[in-house]
Amino acid sequence: MPRQSVWFVRTALLYLGVGFTFGALILWQKGTGMLPLAWLLLPAHMEIVLLGWTLQLAMGVAYWILPRLRVDGRSTRGRQRAVWWSYGLLNAGILVVVVAGMRTTSPVQAPAVALGRLAEAAAVALFAWHAWPRVKPAGAGR
Amino acid sequence: MPTLTRWYLKSALVWLAAAGIVGAAAALSPLLRLPPVLTALRPVYVHVLMVGWVTQLIFGIAHWMFPKPDAARAERGERLGWLTWLTVNAGLALRVLAEPVAAGHPGGAAAWFLALSAVLQLLAGWLFVAATWPRVRSR
Repeated sequence: MPRQSVWFVRTALLYLGVGFTFGALILWQKGTGMLPLAWLLLPAHMEIVLLGWTLQLAMGVAYWILPRLRVDGRSTRGRQRAVWWSYGLLNAGILVVVVAGMRTTSPVQAPAVALGRLAEAAAVALFAWHAWPRVKPAGAGR
Repeated sequence: MPTLTRWYLKSALVWLAAAGIVGAAAALSPLLRLPPVLTALRPVYVHVLMVGWVTQLIFGIAHWMFPKPDAARAERGERLGWLTWLTVNAGLALRVLAEPVAAGHPGGAAAWFLALSAVLQLLAGWLFVAATWPRVRSR
């Protein structure tokens, strides 16, 4: 597994654990009513399991498994720098959205969430830019 | 395909079918004047789809396709994998049964089954992390 995929997948695994932990706290509250503040975690729970876990895992596995390109006789996974930027922007975006989502009374919440979403959008655009040429028939050149 | 993967994938398919039924029941509830307790099925529907189907499909494929662990870790990973399968399915099944009942009778026994479901699914998440982490590595 390439290094970029290791980072994507291990980060996704951490988000899986955290996302399930937040979900369990919310469900515990739903049953027992003992943790009323757990509802504040709902937007973070959704962000973490959908983007942090599911999307990030898909990106990490796609980087690993998509057909490689052949450039100057060498096999390569293409635009690796774009993938590192994608990793950084995606996780920065998720963290900003998660933290901002919990500060419901803050006046900077809306702009912070928008900033986080922009970072996430840039991340997926960069990833798509990297992946586009790798989606090709088996044995086809660049 | 490893036995555990087959169990994950077949369970995922069962949950996918269940999601269709639960989603339809939740949508039809107000139209057909079904018991209002079925409204509580909406969050259940999302979780049956996302945990029962999507997450469990991922668990099964990851167990099959990720780089194989070394011999010393393989047995431990297999044990953790079976525990993950058991806890994720037991936790989700408990939620499906308990959530509509708990919505209709807050504070009853069903509420504590919801709490137990939370603990089981929490365990499932971290067990999968523990089973998979050593297999995610560079060559």
